[in-house]
Amino acid sequence: MAAAAAGPGPGSGPGDSPEGPEAEAPERRRKAHGMLKLYYGLSEGEAAGRPAGPDPLDPTDLNGAHFDPEVYLDKLRRECPLAQLMDSETDMVRQIRALDSDMQTLVYENYNKFISATDTIRKMKNDFRKMEDEMDRLATNMAVITDFSARISATLQDRHERITKLAGVHALLRKLQFLFELPSRLTKCVELGAYGQAVRYQGRARAVLQQYQHLPSFRAIQDDCQVITARLAQQLRQRFREGGSGAPEQAECVELLLALGEPAEELCEEFLAHARGRLEEELRSLEAELGPSPPAPDVLEFTDRGGSGFVGGLCQVAAAYQELFAAQGPAGAERLAAFARELGGRYFALVERRLAQEQGGGDNSLLVRALDRFHRRLRAPGALLAAAGLAEAATEIVERVARERLGHHLQGLRAAFLGCLTDVRQALAAPRLAGKEGPGLAELLANVASSILSHIKASLAAVHLFTAKEVSFSNKPYFRGEFCSQGVREGLIVGFIRSMCQTAQSFCDSPGEKGGATPPALLLLLSRLCLDYETATISYVLTLTDEQFLVQDQSPVTPVSTLCAEARETARRLLTHYVKVQGLVISQMLRKSVETRDWLSTLEPRNVRAVMKRVVEDTTAIDVQGILGPRPGLPVGWRIPMLWPPCSACFHHQVGLLYEEGVRKAQSSDSSKRTFSVYSSSRQQGRYAPSYTPSAPMDTNLLSNIQKLFSERIDVFSPVEFNKVSVLTGIIKISLKTLLECVRLRTFGRFGLQQVQVDCHFLQLYLWRFVADEELVHLLLDEVVASAALRCPDPVPMEPSVVEVICERG
Amino acid sequence: MEDDAPVIYGLEFQARALTPQTAETDAIRFLVGTQSLKYDNQIHIIDFDDENNIISKNVLLHQVGEIWHISASPADRGVLATCYNNTSDSKVLTCAAVWRMPKELEPGSHESPDDSSSTAHTLELLCHLDNTAHGSMACVAWEPTGDGKKVISLADNHILLWDLQESSSQAVLASSASLEGKGQLKFTSGRWSPHHNCTQVATANDTAVRGWDTRSMSQIYCIENAHGQLVRDLDFNPNKQYYLASCGDDCKVKFWDTRNVTEPVKTLEEHSHWVWSVRYNHSHDQLVLTGSSDSRVILSNMVSISSEPFGHLVDDDDLSDQEERRPEEKSQEPPQDSVIATYEEHEDSVYAVDWSSADPWLFASLSYDGRLVINRVPRALKYHILL
Repeated sequence: MAAAAAGPGPGSGPGDSPEGPEAEAPERRRKAHGMLKLYYGLSEGEAAGRPAGPDPLDPTDLNGAHFDPEVYLDKLRRECPLAQLMDSETDMVRQIRALDSDMQTLVYENYNKFISATDTIRKMKNDFRKMEDEMDRLATNMAVITDFSARISATLQDRHERITKLAGVHALLRKLQFLFELPSRLTKCVELGAYGQAVRYQGRARAVLQQYQHLPSFRAIQDDCQVITARLAQQLRQRFREGGSGAPEQAECVELLLALGEPAEELCEEFLAHARGRLEEELRSLEAELGPSPPAPDVLEFTDRGGSGFVGGLCQVAAAYQELFAAQGPAGAERLAAFARELGGRYFALVERRLAQEQGGGDNSLLVRALDRFHRRLRAPGALLAAAGLAEAATEIVERVARERLGHHLQGLRAAFLGCLTDVRQALAAPRLAGKEGPGLAELLANVASSILSHIKASLAAVHLFTAKEVSFSNKPYFRGEFCSQGVREGLIVGFIRSMCQTAQSFCDSPGEKGGATPPALLLLLSRLCLDYETATISYVLTLTDEQFLVQDQSPVTPVSTLCAEARETARRLLTHYVKVQGLVISQMLRKSVETRDWLSTLEPRNVRAVMKRVVEDTTAIDVQGILGPRPGLPVGWRIPMLWPPCSACFHHQVGLLYEEGVRKAQSSDSSKRTFSVYSSSRQQGRYAPSYTPSAPMDTNLLSNIQKLFSERIDVFSPVEFNKVSVLTGIIKISLKTLLECVRLRTFGRFGLQQVQVDCHFLQLYLWRFVADEELVHLLLDEVVASAALRCPDPVPMEPSVVEVICERG
Repeated sequence: MEDDAPVIYGLEFQARALTPQTAETDAIRFLVGTQSLKYDNQIHIIDFDDENNIISKNVLLHQVGEIWHISASPADRGVLATCYNNTSDSKVLTCAAVWRMPKELEPGSHESPDDSSSTAHTLELLCHLDNTAHGSMACVAWEPTGDGKKVISLADNHILLWDLQESSSQAVLASSASLEGKGQLKFTSGRWSPHHNCTQVATANDTAVRGWDTRSMSQIYCIENAHGQLVRDLDFNPNKQYYLASCGDDCKVKFWDTRNVTEPVKTLEEHSHWVWSVRYNHSHDQLVLTGSSDSRVILSNMVSISSEPFGHLVDDDDLSDQEERRPEEKSQEPPQDSVIATYEEHEDSVYAVDWSSADPWLFASLSYDGRLVINRVPRALKYHILL
């Protein structure tokens, strides 16, 4: 305490506490603490957290342990000026005083405590003296007790030892008894069939027997046991092999055999071999159902049976295997996977064979349900045996079947289309009963269109089953994406429309160009059908498809416009071909009529030749046939009202034109008369006169050349537009051009020329109404007559009035 | 240069018959026969001066009748054969005769044009090909490379081989064959093949094309239904011995390999009416000329079936002087069969087209209204083929 007080006394240096007295209080206390510590020899390092102060060995440090007043004073005196010395002196004095007063307070505070402590110590001295006596007594008592206890244990010693020995012997005897009884117990157990119990016994005894097998008696027991165990194992195996007892019991057998220490590997093999036997049995029964005999159960039943029999069995086997042979590690798992793969493969092969039988059939719902069952069933083993890839294989099969189905439907649609065409052909070829009209082309067209559309819809509906929500495989990526877009939309619908167009186009390229094979009406009907497809049906069908099969696939699909363009092109080609064929028919008639007649020695014309009447009749028939005209008596089918507006507008327009001409008919016949007068009489005096008079051959050329200068070049086999007038114009153009070329190859007598004149006038009278530009008919017929005149050595034209009379009579 | 522009010559009469003067190899000369029932018919000898682009003509009178077909002897420049209509007592019979032109009109005689136009010369008849027993003559074809002594003529359904003797003044029927079958069979056209030592002739009747061996006068092949309708004309490829072109009323031109008559090698369908005439270029057989009654003449480039190899590479040096052709030449893609040009100078049906025998790049076409148009192969193509 003195040291503690002495420490700070001189140590309160001037630079030490520059702060005010209030702030330095805790600081000082800590300092005091530090010094106490120093005093009691605690290392400086324990005062953690303190900033490393000045060097503790510094003799000038007032608070340091090695403070040397002499050095300090020396230092002060040497370093400080007088004023500072004075300051430090006063400061020092003040500090000393403060320390003194602190010390006094401390002494006062602790005085009472010292006194009470002295009292307590005195009292304790008394109490301890009393306690010492009692402790002495206790020690003697304890000595007595120890003595007694030692005597008792000495007397009981040998008896205790004997009891322990006896207990040991007893236990040993029990064990021995168990061992001796073991064979009989085992036998009994085996006899009773309590194989589990037996295996447990055997397991318990095995180690002991193993250990003591050098003793003859134990050896005997062990031998017995082994014999019994062998028998047991044999029986177990027997049961195992018998196999009738089903998978769970078998699993138990295997478990017991494993416990008996049979080699696991071998058991694996055997287990699997056994399972294989059973599963193969299943497969065989399935195959038998497939059999050659046709009345196989329906596909749903088949997959059901396969699902419950084979797949269920496989599941059990797999589960049991995994439970039993879990210790086998990856090799075991691999073996099982291989096993499952192989059998699964065979199963799939069977299922595929069965499904292939189904391909021809029409019932999609049954097939889809069967596939659903099949797929659903395989999910369990699929999850159990991911390595065997059963689920994937199943999905693949389903996908393949779906694809085949699509192909099948496409074939079906094609066949339906061809069937429709055959029907139409038959209807067209059917002999018309006198007075009774056969089915009109319009009706036929409507029939074909609605029948095809209903087929398409049926196919869509059938195929749609594959993507139904409740079907287990519908959420597979294939069915969500590719199936919808590439399969159904592209493969089925677009494919069908394309093939339809191709089929239709193939009629244009038929090698027998002389017509014959394809009835022209069929061409016309197909053309109209394609046009309808272009205007409405394609977009309708595709929209329908897109709606039904929400296509999520991003793969590119054929746009509607492309298909429409194809259909339109087909329609155009068909119509052009129709015009060609019909034109050819009439051309042939005209050509034969010109080629076979002897024009030089013909008689004076009395009549229009029959062939011209025939031409007009045929042209009228084509006109009436005009499916391209309005179709009032349409059977109200599917979307016909929707189908018509876009083009019917133009047709109504055409029809309107026709009707207007009908109203103007009086005028029109007037005009035809006028043209007639121009045509023959005005020719006499007018521009055609020179061609008939042998005066100026130059003028003929000149005039016909001038005429040609002002007329458009006529493209004979030009493409036609989709309306009746254009079609008929095309046909008439072809026919008249043929007439012209044929006339130019012949030589005419006077009456021959006159006959041509009459014929042409007749054609003129009747054909103008069919064409878009009647000037065209005039032009061509004029040219025919002019050519005939040129080809006549004696061109004397007939009086126009006579021509008129003949024509009107005809 | 404007030399690609067509040159047009007008006749006063209708005309169908056109032939180059086959034996002439220096001057460009065509013979045209007119058709008139009322006037004396003429044969116009049309000379074309390629350098000055001038046509000069000589007219020969052909008084026996209108000319349906004309062909020039390959050996003698002065000799030609015509098929003409002979109308007598309300009967029309087409006869054939061999003629010689007057000496002064033969090439080499420099006569002033106006002199010749004022005085029409008359042909000298060498001999008739007597057809009284056979019917109307459709055409006469000379043996292409012979000495001008052999002629084939087609009369109705007979094919007649004549030997011209004593400098063509006498025609002896050497052999003949006839087409048997139901209906009225009639030959429409025939050509003599320049291959096989000139022993083959091809004929057309109705829709069929037939090949004949002139030694045995027997049929060697027959392309039934070669065209959908009547076959109008034929021509042999001058460089590929089995190749044959045909055209007809189905608006198509078909190319055949006569060893396989079931399918045409190639079909062209560019015309919009009957095709009346088809001709291979004599030296560059990819150039095919067709004339049609749609009043058009079409020059096609049938590279894929020509005897000339594909992809004739052009040296860049040669190109430098032809600036405007450069871009297309640079892209050396294999040439495709294509229409080179469609000539629309005619206003009536074109019944005859033919190449000049002297200049392989020049051809003439004749339409019914008597307009003869002389055209050239486009220069770009010409250089492309040559270089």
